[in-house]
Amino acid sequence: MEPGRERFERTIAADERIEPRDWMPDAYRATLVRQIAQHAHSEIIGMQPEGSWITRAPSLRRKAILIAKVQDEAGHGLYLYGAAETLGVDRDELLDKLHSGRHKYSSIFNYPTPTWADVGAIGWLVDGAAITNQVPLCRCSYGPYARAMVRICKEESFHQRQGYELLLTLSRGTPEQHAMAQDAVDRWWWPSLMMFGPPDDASPRSARSMAWKIKRHSNDELRQRFVDICVDQAAALGLTLPDPDLRWNEERGHWDFGAIDWDEFHAVLRGEGPCNEERLTRRRRAHDEGAWVREAAAAYADKRAGVGAAA
Amino acid sequence: MSAPEHAPGGAPWATAALALGDDALILSHRLAEWAGNAPVLEEEVALANLALDLLGQARALLSLVGDEDALAFTRGPEAFTHVRLVELPRGDFAHTVVRQLCVATWQELLYERLATGASPLAPIAAAALPETAYHRDHAVTWTLRLGDGTAESHARTRAAAEALWPYTGELFDPVEGLDEVDLGALERRWRARVSDVLTRATVPVPGGARLPGSGRAGEHTPHLAALLDEMQSLHRAHPAASW
Ligand SMILES: [Fe+2]
Ligand SMILES: [Fe+2]
Repeated sequence: MEPGRERFERTIAADERIEPRDWMPDAYRATLVRQIAQHAHSEIIGMQPEGSWITRAPSLRRKAILIAKVQDEAGHGLYLYGAAETLGVDRDELLDKLHSGRHKYSSIFNYPTPTWADVGAIGWLVDGAAITNQVPLCRCSYGPYARAMVRICKEESFHQRQGYELLLTLSRGTPEQHAMAQDAVDRWWWPSLMMFGPPDDASPRSARSMAWKIKRHSNDELRQRFVDICVDQAAALGLTLPDPDLRWNEERGHWDFGAIDWDEFHAVLRGEGPCNEERLTRRRRAHDEGAWVREAAAAYADKRAGVGAAA
Repeated sequence: MSAPEHAPGGAPWATAALALGDDALILSHRLAEWAGNAPVLEEEVALANLALDLLGQARALLSLVGDEDALAFTRGPEAFTHVRLVELPRGDFAHTVVRQLCVATWQELLYERLATGASPLAPIAAAALPETAYHRDHAVTWTLRLGDGTAESHARTRAAAEALWPYTGELFDPVEGLDEVDLGALERRWRARVSDVLTRATVPVPGGARLPGSGRAGEHTPHLAALLDEMQSLHRAHPAASW
């Protein structure tokens, strides 16, 4: 075995971190670029569904919390594009791939947010599922990704608590507010379970990612962990989860839950989600409308640097 | 200037708190409209920072006068006393930058003065000063980049300065409770600072007269009614609710 590969294998086996300058297999690099980029894209597309409620937030306190949350997601995008750049790609190239549809983002953000309660349901369930997925990534074998995840997870847990608290206020509010909260949870529950990805027996790349310690737990394991957490929290919220098959299984020590509609999952993944086109169009428009600003900043920097002064 | 109906009787500083609170509230709203629309990811973070700082200032100032949410969500347009400059649509990034330059420069000068006073506005102004300095810095940096960037960015910045300039006069209208401030001197210092930045950015300083009317007297553009329709829609739809 060549020395680079041997060191790589040893580092992984010892549960230590691979750093940008270390030798790594091309497929390891490619897997990370794809995963980190998809994660970064999800952060910035994820600003849209909730961001649309900033201008209508019903109290100034909630407005401040929501602006700060959407800002955090932009910050997460920055950390993650930064982590991807340590692998030899650049942000513009990754954004191009997002805008041209060659890169995916989490399909959860292709669902609409028709009511204020969606802001709470996204915080509680979507940020909650993201945390369940991402806490193990803080121990991912690639150093820059693991360190970005530590910062991100701290903020995601704020988002989850704020979403929970928003829903609790609605649940205990007027009958209309309670109904709004229940309706949002009814709509977001199943999509949030799909965030953990296909079942283990249908998840082709999982095994290799586990061997490389990019991934630490299987999709189904994480999904079960999430369901177990949410059942108790839903009860505390005074809201129900839309699954008649939810039942405590004494033997397993876990909650059993109903079958997931994977046809819907794959349809949304293929870009047939209700808001797929809207999200991408909005992202492309912001990028295109900002082109002159980025060009101006570059031209100004060139002039300051004394190069391209004649341009 | 006649006191708006929601200003509490008595303390003259309350009229000033309401006017400055409304400035911050409405400008924060316009800045927050950039969420998801900024030209570059770093500016998503920066513009949200500006919006959050201003919202914090608005909440502190409005809370001196009454219940912040009642003031924000149940008044009609005529009861708002912010300057019209802050209610104009966000426009392109050049409009946002030039407006920030005008307002942040003004706020910094005004807050410096208020921070040394004895009214309840003093601690709020003092706390806001470092934020305002950052806002001014951000606006100056971008005014230079855009004004002295490309031909297109220069043209857009110049157009923004010309469009916004007639609204800037309201920043120096007398407000009850700001009697301690020499508004004439404030305006001269403001004009010197803003002109200096525009000149360094190769953007001609606009001339021309101010528009008639004043947001300080509750006179507004139709843009405010549209903004409030949206901002107040959910709150007004559930009058008995708390959030
Ligand atoms: Fe995030
Ligand atoms: Fe989040």
